[in-house]
Amino acid sequence: MELDFQTSVDYFWALLPEIVLSLWAMGVLLADVFQKGSRSEASRPAIAWLALAGIAAAAVANVWLMTVTGTGGMIAVDGFRIFANFILLLAAALAILVSMGYLDRHAMNRGEFYVLLMFAVVGMMILASAQDLILLFVGLELMSVAIYVLVGFNRRDPRSGEAALKYFLLGAFASAFLLYGIALVFGATGTTDLALLAETIGTGVQDAPLLLMMGVGLLAVGFAFKVAAMPFHVWTPDAYDGAPTPITALMATGVKAAAFAALLRVFAVSFGGLHETWVVAFWWLAALTMIGANLVALTQGSVKRMLAYSSIAHAGYVLVAVVAANAVGAAAFLFYLLVYTLMTAGAFGIVIANARGDRERVSLEDYAGLGWQQPVMAAAFAIFLLSLAGFPLTGGFIGKLYILRAALAADQVPLAVILVMASLISYFYYLRVVIVMYMRPAPAADTHAGLTASRPLQVAVGVAAIGVILLFFAPAMVLDAAQGSVAGLFIAQEALFGLSRGP
Amino acid sequence: MLTYYLGLSAILFSIGVAGVIVRRNAIIMFMCIELMLNAVNLSFIALSPYAGIEGQVFVFFVIAVAAAEAAVGLAIIIALFRHVESVDVRNFSLLRW
Repeated sequence: MELDFQTSVDYFWALLPEIVLSLWAMGVLLADVFQKGSRSEASRPAIAWLALAGIAAAAVANVWLMTVTGTGGMIAVDGFRIFANFILLLAAALAILVSMGYLDRHAMNRGEFYVLLMFAVVGMMILASAQDLILLFVGLELMSVAIYVLVGFNRRDPRSGEAALKYFLLGAFASAFLLYGIALVFGATGTTDLALLAETIGTGVQDAPLLLMMGVGLLAVGFAFKVAAMPFHVWTPDAYDGAPTPITALMATGVKAAAFAALLRVFAVSFGGLHETWVVAFWWLAALTMIGANLVALTQGSVKRMLAYSSIAHAGYVLVAVVAANAVGAAAFLFYLLVYTLMTAGAFGIVIANARGDRERVSLEDYAGLGWQQPVMAAAFAIFLLSLAGFPLTGGFIGKLYILRAALAADQVPLAVILVMASLISYFYYLRVVIVMYMRPAPAADTHAGLTASRPLQVAVGVAAIGVILLFFAPAMVLDAAQGSVAGLFIAQEALFGLSRGP
Repeated sequence: MLTYYLGLSAILFSIGVAGVIVRRNAIIMFMCIELMLNAVNLSFIALSPYAGIEGQVFVFFVIAVAAAEAAVGLAIIIALFRHVESVDVRNFSLLRW
């Protein structure tokens, strides 16, 4: 189907996955209300499965979207959007699966949890595919507002509320910067359309260069906050640590992936004409994030907090692909986000499983001897940690390799060296957990006895583990898809400049 | 004329930023964020005659989003107040590295 966005019906088709998911979420909300006898009653397990079915329905609509082409609308209809949507829906599905047992254990099994999660995913999908700065802002806030609530969802736990407040204040603060950046870019160029922006900026003639530069700078700060790049990461460890762990997993995977997709669209594509200017800022952000986050992660005693810093470090690796800003980089970027989603969601899944009652056992000592008493769980955790570190035989290795290749293709040799060095530092803290699991004896013979991971969580962790391994042995299929999906992204730019940066 | 509007907007935005950084009362920090958002609205309106009607459209979206944010933000502050009996962010120190 060919869409030209002359009528609003075209928008209906272009937004079908988002519409399906929104309507489904409202349906789930109603179903939850009607099946309950009283307000305080826990929701039935069926609600979670219904939410999962909604994610599946959106994925089907997304598959259908592959047959659609369209240009000129406020929403992009291209391969990049479809690939990003699949990553986001995967992150959401994994988050729902690991939530099921968790919510019961913490006595907060409420249908709103899944509904808010679905609305957040709608926001992510809009953010990742916005072709206009107005829609980008609306998508960002739709996602953020739902996530603020989800972070504070455990009302009995003051840590959850504190995390929500910190995330809310700094998130809204960052949104204001982003918005000011949008206002100034709009003032300088007279448009909020990303494709028109690329053309206007690509001509190299500006009426108000200072206004444009300030706008780009403020947008960079806003995005750096949202993707948690150092030094704009201060909210991340606290928000990730205090949030209910399934939401931590969603924030580390979906929220980050969506913000990165928007970042790539805005900077690498629309601001492509200013590449020489912003690349310097992102170069330093990437370098600082990779080195700083890995060093701080070394000092963490809590595994959950260590994984939070690890996710900051991985934002640095992905920023390297953004700095490369070529088609190779964009493909590596998508591939890495997919691997990263699988391994991070899996790792947080294990953190959820390693709990007794409503007490999560997140300190390093709590993992001592896990390798012998819970061999399957420990093996899965080891796979995720090794993949996060970038060991061969895991998808994380291939992902880093592609990012390195993109960096070298764009002549970013120092950044590639920093990436390798930072990965070496990260080996230490990832391997420390593996060593504690296998080498240190458990305090008692039954320390880890009776850790019952719920069946859905087992499925999520199993899928993630198999995915991580498969991406090492058969990366070509996914990479081909990623390369095909970014092909259209840089075409306008290449037409403007007559050449592409790097191969 | 435009310069004055943009200057005022920049000053208001800076006051908001300074307030968030300096003040330690969660509600005042939130008010400062609202000030930042409204400073941006002023920019949009001022730029709109020169840059296009999208500027005024954008303001409506910002107002709607700010309202949604206010509802959620104040609810979070109340939920936390029930535990800590305070809105001073210095008292929120359970999460520390």
